[in-house]
Amino acid sequence: MALSGIQIYKMLPQTNCKECGFPTCLAFAMKLAAKQVELGVCPYVSEESKKQLAESSAPPIRLVTLKAGSEIKAGNEVCMFRHEKTFYNKPGLFIRVKASDPDLAAKVAKAEAYKVNYVGMDFSIDGFAVEADGDLTAAVKAVRDVTKRPLILIANDVTHLDSSLSLLAGESALIYAADAQRSDYEPLADLAKKHKAALVVRADSLDALAELTQKVQAKGVEDIVLDPAAATLGASLTRHTQLRKLALKNVRSLGYPIIAFPCDAKDEGIAAAQAIAKYAGFVVLSEFKPELLYPLLVLRENIYTDPQKPIQVQPGIYEINSPKPESPVLVTTNFSITYFAVANEVEGSGLPAWLVVTDAEGMSVLTAWAAGKFDAERIAKAIKGFNVADKISRKRIVLPGHVAVLSGEVEEELPGWEIRVGPREAVDLPAFMKQVLN
Amino acid sequence: MPIEIPKDKWTGSIRAVTIGATSAEGGTRTKTVTVGGQTTMPYLQYEAMPSGDEAPNKPVIAIEIKSRKPEDWSPLLADVWGEAMADPAQWAKKAEEAGADLLVLALTVEDTPEDAVRIVKSVLSATGLPLIVWGPGQAEKDNELLVPVSEATNGEKIVLGICEDKNYRTIVATAMANGHLVQARAPMDVNLSKQLNILVSDMGIPKDRILMDPTTGALGYGIEYGYSVMERLRLAALQGDAMTQLPMIVTPGFEAWKTKEAKVGEGVPEAWGDWKARAINWETLTAMSLVESGADIVVLRHPESVKRVKDAIEELVTV
Ligand code: B12
Ligand code: SF4
Repeated sequence: MALSGIQIYKMLPQTNCKECGFPTCLAFAMKLAAKQVELGVCPYVSEESKKQLAESSAPPIRLVTLKAGSEIKAGNEVCMFRHEKTFYNKPGLFIRVKASDPDLAAKVAKAEAYKVNYVGMDFSIDGFAVEADGDLTAAVKAVRDVTKRPLILIANDVTHLDSSLSLLAGESALIYAADAQRSDYEPLADLAKKHKAALVVRADSLDALAELTQKVQAKGVEDIVLDPAAATLGASLTRHTQLRKLALKNVRSLGYPIIAFPCDAKDEGIAAAQAIAKYAGFVVLSEFKPELLYPLLVLRENIYTDPQKPIQVQPGIYEINSPKPESPVLVTTNFSITYFAVANEVEGSGLPAWLVVTDAEGMSVLTAWAAGKFDAERIAKAIKGFNVADKISRKRIVLPGHVAVLSGEVEEELPGWEIRVGPREAVDLPAFMKQVLN
Repeated sequence: MPIEIPKDKWTGSIRAVTIGATSAEGGTRTKTVTVGGQTTMPYLQYEAMPSGDEAPNKPVIAIEIKSRKPEDWSPLLADVWGEAMADPAQWAKKAEEAGADLLVLALTVEDTPEDAVRIVKSVLSATGLPLIVWGPGQAEKDNELLVPVSEATNGEKIVLGICEDKNYRTIVATAMANGHLVQARAPMDVNLSKQLNILVSDMGIPKDRILMDPTTGALGYGIEYGYSVMERLRLAALQGDAMTQLPMIVTPGFEAWKTKEAKVGEGVPEAWGDWKARAINWETLTAMSLVESGADIVVLRHPESVKRVKDAIEELVTV
């Protein structure tokens, strides 16, 4: 349970020595309760208090970080539904490869090189899951030659795991898995501790999962990941939801991120989409398929954006393809998706243009128009505020086709300017610019 | 120690709504479709009240067809529907073969009232599936077409759409007079949905004749808003808010197929992968995300998405 400021205050020295930078211990306690400062800032907290505070401030779902050349985090989530707050740590997407595959290195290299842009953000995969159906150590070596991303090792032979993990010194890998149906959790837990790796605990009932997790915890493993081994979409939805709920109720044996294996599902894309929306922290895919990876990366971005703040771009005047004074001036809003829909289209066409991005509080054209955040006044303010007239030789602006109704009012607000109405969809902008604007 | 699984105790449930009428019920449909009846968040049947032992109705898939050959649809859709796109009756038959549980017939601005009635009748006689009919989406034209269609199909229990806050009275009145249902659409906002449901039901239409359309966006184009609004509407319904206890219909097909990712095959980044597979993924993943956030009817366009979503729904109800 989270403690209140007063409860925390009772555990502090109460000397008001100010070394923490706050005037009183109470002030510090309040900041601590609001998670705006670290406990370590006070040098005088007793060991006993430290322990109690650490326990109470531990997040309901432990943050597990897999680290290599890059890192991916899962856990630390605080709600069931994204509208209640937000979802924080985007689930890592891993591509599964087989140690026995003669094309292993080439396949990894191809997935490694993948990069895709969505509204100005570059996305890639997060790591690889290497399955020990052949020589694991050799495979890990081969994989490490092509990628520095975090790894999941799917194996249960302790000797091979040990030598493979030795190759990954300084990293945090994920071992898959201590399985409730086998009795070998102890050597796997020892291995995880020795190599500072995280360990997956797998069981097909929540009781068995909690029981085995506790045993693994008792062996001193801190970074645990849960595999509830659900075979159908219905089972995975149910178990993932139950796990999230139990974790948020502070059931410590289940307060860990979940790993999902859409690669084994009947419809991989659908299972992966469910895992992303419904509480998985790591998602293992069967192979590198850009036509699936791209929609999944976009879905993940959508589900994990903060519902309070639409992704926005800075209002201003943007230069596309080195515009000249006679190039056209296009007007749009500062909702990221809107901006990039327009900017990408114009950029792709090679035609130069000035793109004036108005402050519409991060809303799309029609949403902003309906909410009164994209009207003649705001458009005129942007044109004047960004000194557009100084940059151009022909006073002419193009409005989005969806807000054709605004053209009269904009004319009134901007005397001396020619107001043109563009097409409704950005896809049609290049043709419009070529044929209609001259 | 066994883990005690926490259950949310809900007091409300979603109203069951039936679309279509068989000859025994005063229509001509060979089957009807019933949606709604849930007493839990989507597919969490373990939380159902003891009395709600029987499984709720499964979500269903409508395939969207148009009264005239659409010129702006993705070539990928033209490839699968072919010639049938120019003949609504034939298109309806193909959609039934493709696994549709019901059909959406979208009328266009070019249709006259006579065209609309003729085309709706031809679709009704081509298949035995229940039907949803949309006007072209311009208030005056919607009313001009939907009223004669409604009268000509008295008793069939079709769904008339789309009612919005600016234009619902005429559609609701004719639906009431002729025993039909209505689809009520509000722009992605819990309170606006509620408000519209109140306005519509205040006219006297029974609540089991209203489908709620919260509006949605495609993957990458606003799905996060639609997704969360649906979760919130469903939560409100289960908490007992009568004005949100209606089954939800959404249009992932329309939204997904308007995106560049689905429409365009050339001159796009290589990282988008194979065009057809990507486009179908776009529609399928949009639809499934909405099914899992509470959709009862998803309106789709591509037969392959229909098959994938159908199989997935079967799998979702098997725990
Ligand atoms: C997501 C969404 C929302 C989100 C907001 C998202 C955001 N950050 O903007 C939320 C849920 C918050 C929302 C709220 C509202 N919404 Co809203 N919303 C939508 C939705 C579903 C998608 C909008 C979107 O993101 N489109 C994608 C972007 C990229 O489109 P775009 O900005 O128009 O850009 C395209 C073109 O305009 C063009 N373009 C852009 N710039 C330029 C420039 C030039 C020069 C040219 C040529 C072209 C061009 O290129 C782009 C790609 O083609 C639409 C319905 C729909 N499916 O379209 C309704 C919609 C826009 N919303 C609507 C309404 C009414 C509202 C509300 C007023 C409802 C309310 N009272 O609460 C509020 C207003 C907000 C407020 N009061 O705070 C209505 C507007 C109706 C109308 N025609 O007037 C719509 C159309 C829904 C409907 N059918 O009723 N909404
Ligand atoms: S440093 Fe510690 S003891 Fe000193 S005022 Fe801050 S909280 Fe109190």
